[in-house]
Amino acid sequence: MAIGWYLVVSALIFAIGAAGVLTRRNPLVILLCLELMLNAANLALVAFARMHGNADGQIFALIVMVVAACEVTVGLGLIVAMYRRKLPIDVDELNELNG
Amino acid sequence: MSAVFFFLGAIGALAGAIGVVMLRNPFYSVLSLVFHLISLAALFLLLRAEFVAAAQVVVYAGAVMVLYVFVVAYVGGGEELPSGGGLRILGPLFALVLAIELCIAMLGSALKGISGKGAPYIPGFGSPRQIGTLFLTKYLFPFEVASLLLLVAAIGAVVLARRRRGLEPDEEFETKLHTPLSHRIGSMAESVGARRDS
Repeated sequence: MAIGWYLVVSALIFAIGAAGVLTRRNPLVILLCLELMLNAANLALVAFARMHGNADGQIFALIVMVVAACEVTVGLGLIVAMYRRKLPIDVDELNELNG
Repeated sequence: MSAVFFFLGAIGALAGAIGVVMLRNPFYSVLSLVFHLISLAALFLLLRAEFVAAAQVVVYAGAVMVLYVFVVAYVGGGEELPSGGGLRILGPLFALVLAIELCIAMLGSALKGISGKGAPYIPGFGSPRQIGTLFLTKYLFPFEVASLLLLVAAIGAVVLARRRRGLEPDEEFETKLHTPLSHRIGSMAESVGARRDS
């Protein structure tokens, strides 16, 4: 398959993730949608690595996976802390830090 | 043959992504994301990225998703109300515009390689051997920074999610604090009543 097809799939997944971040209200699902966007970027990186015949893009993708794991850990820690304090698990109601 | 596998993987990945966004129950969203990640690993395999595909399945679909499932079970993912207001219409619209723009930007670019099948395949491309060599020679610094970042994230998660004394009322701790000590127990300052206000 041509590399362009992979890039189109990557763009579609990124857009779906962006739509999820904008429309969903549960912070857990927003984290999942962020994962979708990071994975779309990973797919594009691996596709370009294949295009150039160079493994640098794959190294980049692995580092992105590490950063995503860190983001998930801290985000889930925040959600657990919110739950412990009996705060609503809803980003529309948690707006005190909102500018 | 690779076209068949590509379309299977791509349709699986897109269906998983749509499932994450559309399903109302967070638990089903997590399961849908697992399906999406496994389909994406198949696409990585088609792109000759064996090690990335294996790491995707083991680390992402294995470990990270277990973390998600635990938190969903702990917090108790209830059904959420659909978000009202403008975002409900503007969000998908923005995503549609973004997808069209990205497709135009990538397919309309003058990159010659996009319409080809990529560079000629060299045996060993994307194998653990090549990735490991690159990580320990050319990309040693990002590798070390990544390990430091993981350490910081682990400590940060423990600090964020720990049970805080004093911020939330803790029954046992409160009763201990207010029980008067009997005479001649404690420090000298306490026995003469200098530091105790009760």
